[in-house]
Amino acid sequence: MTPVLELDRVSFAYRGSAAPVVEDVSLTVADGQSLALVGESGAGKTTLLRLLLGLTRPTSGTVRFGGDELRLGDRELMRRFRRGVQCVFQDPYSSLDPRRRIGSIVAEPLRSLGLETRHTAGPRVAAALERVGLPADAAERYPHEFSGGQRQRVAIARATVCEPRVLLADEPVSALDVTTRVAVVELLNELKREQGLTLVMVSHDLSVVASLCERTAVLENGRVVEEGDTARVLGAPAHPYTTRLVESVPRLPGPRD
Amino acid sequence: MTILDIRDLTIRTAGGRVLVDGLSLSLAPGQRLGLIGESGSGKSLTSLAVLGLLPEGMAASGSVELAGTQVVGASERRLAKVRGRDAAIVFQEPLTALDPLMRAGRQIAEPLRRRGLSGTELRRAVLAALERVLLPEPERIARAFPHEMSGGQRQRVALAMALACEPKLLIADEPTTALDVTVQAELLDLLDALVREREMAVLFVSHDLAVVAKVADRVLVLKDGRAVEEGDVRDIVTAPREPYTRALVASARQLESALDRRSGR
Repeated sequence: MTPVLELDRVSFAYRGSAAPVVEDVSLTVADGQSLALVGESGAGKTTLLRLLLGLTRPTSGTVRFGGDELRLGDRELMRRFRRGVQCVFQDPYSSLDPRRRIGSIVAEPLRSLGLETRHTAGPRVAAALERVGLPADAAERYPHEFSGGQRQRVAIARATVCEPRVLLADEPVSALDVTTRVAVVELLNELKREQGLTLVMVSHDLSVVASLCERTAVLENGRVVEEGDTARVLGAPAHPYTTRLVESVPRLPGPRD
Repeated sequence: MTILDIRDLTIRTAGGRVLVDGLSLSLAPGQRLGLIGESGSGKSLTSLAVLGLLPEGMAASGSVELAGTQVVGASERRLAKVRGRDAAIVFQEPLTALDPLMRAGRQIAEPLRRRGLSGTELRRAVLAALERVLLPEPERIARAFPHEMSGGQRQRVALAMALACEPKLLIADEPTTALDVTVQAELLDLLDALVREREMAVLFVSHDLAVVAKVADRVLVLKDGRAVEEGDVRDIVTAPREPYTRALVASARQLESALDRRSGR
């Protein structure tokens, strides 16, 4: 089966800089196999995500969507791509326009993709808000009226309103308190199950990765050092760097021994 | 004997909104207390109030006694004698805590100079402070500006500054939250070893129960400015009594169990 998204020997370096940020990375994302990109700051996780979103053009190598090479000039392909691949960012405070109502924010992809007009978007916006567990009257309100967790739900509603196949998420829960974090992780799992959504998620939090992704790729200094089933990668790491990552996760103490 | 005795501390905004409400806690030498809470619980404000560092427009009432000095209502002159010597603080973000225009060595020298060190003696003390936090090549780090160091190195420098005057109480406000997980693990081990060998009291502020458990013996759970529950770390994470604490522990456990399931531990 053709993968939804594919990075084929992709490298990226900033102009004038000798050291590449991402070097010779090949990864595939298959439908229903959510992928986590794991690594520390500077490992190249966010750059990979930008490459997958078509926001950054690789210095060498190819990014493919449904088997076709991503070319920003190919408008028909890019339209299909924007409909099929949406994204959610880390900070729910800066990713929503403070001067627009929630309804208009969530309707944005529908309008820009030409799927609905301002007047006809209502029912699909309402459905998207309901799916993420927000009250129906949320559409009339402004972002500042919502907590961090609720804002992240708004961002997820916006990203899923056009029913994409893939949701790219950059640290989607790391800015949230732990109780809220669990609730948003549950929401993402529900969307995976019920909407058949595939996640590609950047995260430094291995427990969030384990909760959401079937597959994991570990990045170190712009290279994939290990990739495979999440259970295998975290349970029996083959690379010393992965072992170090897994062992560094702070654990709650057990009962007194 | 107590180092820190907080009684009925209340912190209000200029508009009269109560952010910390009637909080009491005490710390004896060598005791390590974790202050746990979610955003807006008042945990950081409490730690700032201990050193009389509340932001403009916020007022504290009640009593904060730090090594015998009443901090609430104290003059700046009085507070200057307490800060660094009786208690020192390490913040979450070392990049904002350090002066970007000052080499690390000079920043560490500042509190030492105020303690009366100078010349060779001062230089030696600065290098010793850097060695204590296990920074490689202390001479090079002493000459480096903050932007020339990694996040973990910067936080070690901030820790070295806090420990420079051998305070009786170390306050750490989310000291590892901005760091990568492997760096966090190293810094927590270091912090733990340093305070243990000095029998220093610690007030460790964090939203992360597992992180707090690595350093603290006791925890106090805060919600909306009020103390919810206090007790031994192990008791709190294995048998929380209050519904709010239970929800916190359950959330942390739920994420952890996903990791356990996947990694087969």
